[in-house]
Parts: sequence; structure tokens; C-alpha cells
Amino acid sequence: MSRLGDLGQKLYRGEVSYDFVGQRKRWYTISAAILVICVASLLLRGLNLGVDFEGGNVVTLPTATGTVADAREVALAAGAKDVTVTEVTSTSGRSIRVQTEILPREGALALTDGLVKKFNVSPGDVNVSIVSAAWGSQITKKALTGLAVFLLLIALFLTLYFERRMAIGALVALAHDLVITIGVYSLVGFTVTPATVIGFLTILGYSLYDTVVVFDKVRENTRGLAAGNRMTYSQAANLAVNQTLVRSINTSVIALLPVASILFVAPLLGADTLKDLALALFVGIAAGTYSSIFIATPVACQLKEREPAMQALAKRVAAREASGKAPSAAGAAGGTARTRSTAATATAVLDDPVVPEAAAAAEGAAGGPQAQRQQSGRPGGPGSGKKRPAKKKRR
Amino acid sequence: MAAPTAPRPGRAIAVITIAVVALYAWMFISGNTTPKLGLDLRGGTSLTLQPVVPEGSDTVITDDAVNQAVEIIRARVDGQGVAEASVTKQGSGANSTIVVEVPGQNEQDLFDKIGKTAKLGFRPVLRSGPPTVVVPTPTPTATPTPSGSASPSVGSTPSPSTTASSTVSPSSTGNPRPATGLKAATASPTVSPTPTPTPTPTPSASSTSVIPSTPITAADQKAFDNLDCTKPIPPEQRPADLPAKTMVTCSSTGAEKFILGPELIPGSDITGASAGLLTSSQGVTTGEWVVNLTFNGDATTKFRDVTRQMFAQTNGSDANRFAIVLDAQVISAPTVNGVISDGRPQISGNFTQQSANDLGNQLKYGALPLAFVPNNLQTISPTLGSDQLRAGILAGLLGLLLVVFYSLFYYRGLGLVSVASLALAGLLTYGLLVLLGHTMGYTLSLAGIAGAIVSIGITADSFVVLFERIRDEMRDGRTLRVAVETGWKRAQRTILAADAVSLIAAVALYLLAVGGVQGFAFTLGLTTLIDVAVVFLFTKPLLTKLARTKFYGNGHKWSGVSPDRLGIHRPTPSARATARKGEPGSNSAAKEA
Repeated sequence: MSRLGDLGQKLYRGEVSYDFVGQRKRWYTISAAILVICVASLLLRGLNLGVDFEGGNVVTLPTATGTVADAREVALAAGAKDVTVTEVTSTSGRSIRVQTEILPREGALALTDGLVKKFNVSPGDVNVSIVSAAWGSQITKKALTGLAVFLLLIALFLTLYFERRMAIGALVALAHDLVITIGVYSLVGFTVTPATVIGFLTILGYSLYDTVVVFDKVRENTRGLAAGNRMTYSQAANLAVNQTLVRSINTSVIALLPVASILFVAPLLGADTLKDLALALFVGIAAGTYSSIFIATPVACQLKEREPAMQALAKRVAAREASGKAPSAAGAAGGTARTRSTAATATAVLDDPVVPEAAAAAEGAAGGPQAQRQQSGRPGGPGSGKKRPAKKKRR
Repeated sequence: MAAPTAPRPGRAIAVITIAVVALYAWMFISGNTTPKLGLDLRGGTSLTLQPVVPEGSDTVITDDAVNQAVEIIRARVDGQGVAEASVTKQGSGANSTIVVEVPGQNEQDLFDKIGKTAKLGFRPVLRSGPPTVVVPTPTPTATPTPSGSASPSVGSTPSPSTTASSTVSPSSTGNPRPATGLKAATASPTVSPTPTPTPTPTPSASSTSVIPSTPITAADQKAFDNLDCTKPIPPEQRPADLPAKTMVTCSSTGAEKFILGPELIPGSDITGASAGLLTSSQGVTTGEWVVNLTFNGDATTKFRDVTRQMFAQTNGSDANRFAIVLDAQVISAPTVNGVISDGRPQISGNFTQQSANDLGNQLKYGALPLAFVPNNLQTISPTLGSDQLRAGILAGLLGLLLVVFYSLFYYRGLGLVSVASLALAGLLTYGLLVLLGHTMGYTLSLAGIAGAIVSIGITADSFVVLFERIRDEMRDGRTLRVAVETGWKRAQRTILAADAVSLIAAVALYLLAVGGVQGFAFTLGLTTLIDVAVVFLFTKPLLTKLARTKFYGNGHKWSGVSPDRLGIHRPTPSARATARKGEPGSNSAAKEA
């Protein structure tokens, strides 16, 4: 595990840098391919909607011996035409689930009574669910209203907290996650239940949560950037993504562990609601982590690079690179990872081979008690904007 | 914000510890040690009611009307003697629904007991007929008319004309009952003296009376002809019950159909309703169940006049009947056998004890201001409920264990801080769920448990963000003590921003609730707030304290902040030494930048 610590150190320093932003075309292509498959599946296969969306009657009752054929017979006798009978086995025993189309009141009562008599169970052990056709459309409508309100609020919050371009990046990533999650449901053919809808809505929150953490670092790294000529916006953002990479991995693992435990436990005990929810979350969280790194940041950078100030900065950086020691720099960094990113551009290698010491030396200036006070006075200002380039220069 | 906590970490920890202790002290003193469980975890029946606007009505579904309906339904549920029932409104305006939850399982007819609108009214019968659709021939409609026109001719006899032949045998009345004819003659002397024995359909000889004369319009007649009462008609397809207008509708049994005049007496004039057995005129109790009504003063007078006038009409004719309309269907259309002057009519009509009780209850607690249809009915057995609870708890514990294991594995000593913080967050969450359950009536549902499980990840992530920041600061060469403060400075903003997103999601979901979403959103929001409290008042102060210890401060190999684990390959003291050496250089570099 110490290797991840090493990696964390190298990522933080920019010694190892994965080019997330520069290679955006590659990530876009991968995501586009996945999205195309998802959308195609949604259009061609559609979603497997549960009884809550279609309307119908479901009766589930425990029985050790009752047969599927018997249950079907009872349902048909009660006037049902479209009958689906399934056996459910969990740790608490075996039960039979009978699903029919919407039955009139008398039919619904006859179905329950018939099953209770046929299988000789106590009426208190029977689970009944009667859903009108209107229910599903109502849930869908409410979910969509909720989605719209949520997106509006979030767009507002992100614009205020970060800026418009980053908000767009975050929302693009969010749409990406949602389409993939729903697409996976369509591809695999999982049943969509109200619990699944809860799961979908939660992904909204999670996907953005993850993006916010990455963006916060991006903002910190790019503050005061336009004034200098050290690196372009994209390079600074890419450094941020790399610096938060270990966090992203850890967070995803930690968020997925409880969800995975639901996925594992729920089917054993027959808690379908939990399982439906966890499945949506599992896919969504995985997609959310991916998109924060590979979609949200590149999109935000792409938009940001269109700003005149950022274009000017990019030119200055290019000029500086071309004029100076650019060739040697590229050669030096090429070994560890992609070139042309922060690590490469900043590796103005000095003769001093003990890189960390030099870096530590740089930190010493800001790291003492004095500097610390200065920092707490102006959070993120000189500390983030100038210090890091300074350190790189030392190298 | 970090400034006050930095020098006095003990105080913050004391505050949150006292809060937890107080919470648990309350729990044990009051004896409420478990959260209130939702129906899906303890078994029971839940019914979702959707307000509907009947065709042709211009009713608007308002929050006020829905709230009023909630009150009435609650009264009806209580009237059923159901303990621990809950009636709540979800959503708002036209999108609102009412959710009724009762503990029992055999409640498939729950809607019948509590969800009926129970809009009751008394209307005169203008025309009645068999329930089937009338095929083209317009002639049969003529049959009832003769009887209508016959009786007024009786009434007109005392006046000028001497032609006795016109008085007596009105050909159509099969069995001429002289008694009725006589009574009519005496009872309504006010009849207009018009001598012309018109055969035209002016049925209301007594038009000066309390029952307004209403001609049957062609449109009503057509609707009547086309109405098919042989199949049950769901509430949302029934005609609008507008008091001032005529109404074409079926009997609830489907045996007859009617054209009814404008409402004579509204159901709101009923002051009491109870079920009872019908007693005959000899005082003998029959086996038939009826609903006994009590009118208020105005309605008593009016009802007396109405029955007097109807009593005067040919027995068994349409004009001799009034209809009791419940939820836009005629539940009973009795013929009037006498004048009722005490304002205590009985409704009879194929009642069982249960249905008579239910109707009595519905009338007593008032009519619902809106019509509702059952949208979703769930009955969950206690077995399934406890299974789901067990699954939720097991999944939660397993998830927590995995997170603890991973934290310790990756963060070693820091992992202990994360575990302690998670434990505290868990204690707070449980305690608050109990507290809210018993003070605000919050019930924990399966979706709520899922929300709590998901939030384990989000809570733990706050620690991850903080730890990674601290480690980054240390990689920049700071000591743990300094790194905790500078790392916190940055991490707290990230944590707050990320939690704000989570909270916005929770609030939006809560307000625009979809089914079980509300429970989920609630726990998600609650745990997000708890996360903020724990990070600020516990995790960070604890780190500040621990950074002063030897174990963490000197970077013990198991502390999780040792140089080796951070990937810094050098002994800490020498790094600090070099840091001092390199100071001038770095300063110049900073200037350069």
C-alpha cells in the first residue's frame, strides 16, 4: 500500500502526471461510445418497468409447498388474464409472488382470499400491492420535476461557488452519469422500481459531490494563474486532477463498499427495495468518479481555454517553453508519464538530484510559523498561486 | 473558522460529547430507545390517495382542500378505532397525495372505509328507468308522463269545472286508488284554477311549493338514454355533483338510472349519523340495517315540506320519490310514505352492519372537499417487515465494517481517527432518528436506512479529503502539527461545498417527494449535517490533539503519517534542517514567480 503513498507523493509533486485534460479527445471518444450504446439500448430495448409504473396487483405469500401452477389457477379463477407467478427464496423461507394486471376490487379480494385458502396461510402473512396505472406516471412526473428543480439549484450554486464554465462541466458530467446508469439498466434488463428512481436521484447528488471536490482543487491551482506564464489553465487543472487522484480512488472505494454490502446482503434476505437502490447507486458512483476526472474537468478546461485571458496565457506559456529549455524538459519527464503537461513543462531540471529536498527547501519559506500566519490571512492566495510554480522553478 | 478550534481543541470535543451524552440520557430516561419504524419495516397497510377532479367540474385542487381532507380522513380513521394510524399529505397543490398508513394487514378495503368522498345530498327524482341503454325509440319515455299529468288533473277538480269525467279515471293509472286522489285534493287546495285540462307535460301542479319545477332538458334526456348502469362506474367517471344543476346518474347497485333535480338539502345539513336496525311501525326490530340521520333546524323544516309535497303525489311515481345521492350515485331513492317532520330520516338500502357503520362514519365526519381515487395500496406482513429491517441493519453494519477495515488498512493511525468519527456520526444519527421519531413523528423506512448507509460513504469521504490534504501539506515539508492546521484550512471549504451539494440534493428530493423518497432524502440530509458537525467539532480538534502526541507527531510507522507512507523518502528531522538551509533560495524563486 505504501506504493499508493509513493504514487500520491509523485502525483502531488507532478513527478508522475497522467494527462487527463490534454487527452480529452480520447476520453470523450470512450464516453461517447458508451453513451451511444446506452442510448441505443434505451431506444431499442427500453426499460423493464416494474409493476409500480405499469399498474397491477401483486400478492406475495410464504408457502413451503404451494406450487406455481396452483397459484396461477387461483389467479385465473379470480378473473386475471395476464398472470405471472414466480418463486422467491430467501433466508426466511420460500414464497410465491403472483402478479396480475389491474383487477377490479372484487377480483383483487378474490385473488388474495383464494391464495390464502389454497395455500392455507394466515392472512397476516400476505403481502399485497395494488398499483393504479396513474401511480407510475405520477412518480415519473414528480421525479422529473424534482430533477429540474435540483438541476436549477445546483447550477445556481456551482455558478456562484465556482463559475459558469465549471458549472457547465459539472452538469455535463452529471448528464453523462445519469445516461450511463439508466442505460445499464436497459442493457442488463434490471427492473426499474421506485427505489431505482431514488437511486438515480441520489446519483445526481453523488456525481456532483465528487466533481465539487476535484473542482475545488482546480480552482485553487488556477487562482492568479492568468497573471503569470508558468502554465496554462488546462495544465494547472490537470495537476489538480492528479493531485486529487488518490482521494478520488479512496473515496470511490469507501463509497462503494457500503453499497456493495447492500448488494450482497439484500438478495439473501429478500429485501428487494434495497437491492434495486444499491444497483443504481453502484453503477452511478462508478460512473460519477470516472466522469469527475475524465469528463467534468476537461469540459470545464475546454470552455475556459476559450476565454481571451486564458488564450493569452496559453500563448505566453508556449512562448516561454519554446524559447527556453523546453527540449530537455520534455526529455526528462517523458520517462514517468505523458509529456506536455505540468510535470514536463515545469521540469527545468537543476543539477541538484535530490528533488524532494529542494522542494522541501522551497516549502520552508512558506511553511514556517510566519508563513502560516500569512496564509491563514489570505487563504489560497499566495500559498497556491505562487508557491507551487516557485517550487518547480527550483527544480 | 479554524482559528478558535485550533488553540482549544478540547472545548469542541467537549461540546459534541456533551451533546451526545445528553441525547442518550434523554433516550434512556424517556424510555425511547428505538426509532419509530415505518410500515415497510414493521408490517401494515399503506394507501395512497390521489385527488381527482370529476369531469365537467371546475373544482381546483388546493392545499387547503387537501389539508381539510387529511383532517377528515384522520377523523374517519380514528373513528374506525385504528391505533397508531398515520395520515399525511405529500407534495403540494394539484400534485399532492394523501398517504394513509395503518398497522393491520387485512385492510384491502381500507379505501372503502376512509377514502369515499361522502358527499351526500337529497334531490328530487325527475325520471327513473331501467339501467340499460335506451335504444332509439323515443316512445317509452312517454309512459311515465301520463301518471305525472294524471295527478294534477285530480288536483284541479275542485275548482270551476264541473266535468266529473276529467277528474276520476286518469286512464293510465293501472289501479286507481281513490284514497290518494282524495288526499291530494285536500292537501293541495292552492292549485292553480286554470280550467284548461291540458295534457301537456306540466307535472308540477304544486309548482308554488318547495320543490322547484325543473323541466327535463333534451340534453339530460339524451344523457339518460345513453347511460349504462349495468357496470360499476368508478368515482372519477361519475358526473359532477353540482347542487344547482340537474344530474343524470346511476343507482349504486346499478339497478336503476335517474334524472335528478337540483339539490334540495345538502349533506352538510346533517348533524348526526349512526347505523342502526330498522324498526317497523309496530316497534319491532327487523334485521335490516339503516343509517339514521339527524338534520339541523332549517333542513328539518325543508325536509318536512318536501316530504309533504311528495307524499301528495301518486304513490310510486317519480314525483313521489326523492334520491339520496352519495358520491354522485343514488344510494337510495325511497318513495315517500308519509310526512317526516322530526328531521330524522333513515336511509335504507341493502346495508350490512359494516357498510351502514362506514356510511354513518363518513357522514358524521363530514364530506371530503375533494374526490379521491386509490392510487397505490401496499400491505406488508410483519415477517417481510422484519426481514427488510434485518437486511437493512446487516447491510449497514457490513458496510460500516468494510469502511472501517479499509480506513485502517490505508490510513493506519489516521484510520483510527476516521473510525472514531464514523462511530460518533453513527451514534448521533441513531440518537437523532430516535429523537425525531418521538417528537416529530418521523418514521424510519427502508429507504431511510438506505439513505443512512449511502451516507457512510459521504461522511467517510470528508475524512479522506481532510487526511489527503494534511498529507499533501506534509509532502510540502510541514510537520504534522502545522499540516493539520493548513490542511484543514483548505479542506474545510471543500468539505462544506461538497456537503452543500449533498444537502441541496436532499432538500430538493424531500420537497418534491416521490413515494419513499422522502424518507431517503431525510436521512441523507440529516447525516450530511451530522457529517459537518462531526468534522468540525470532533475530527479536526482530535487531529490537532493527536498531532501533539509522540505517536503521530513523530510520524510513527503505524501512525499513517510516517514519511514512508507519504512517499517521502527521508528522515523527518533532516528535512527540516534542509528546509532551513534552503530558505533564501526559495524566497528568491517566489519573487521570480
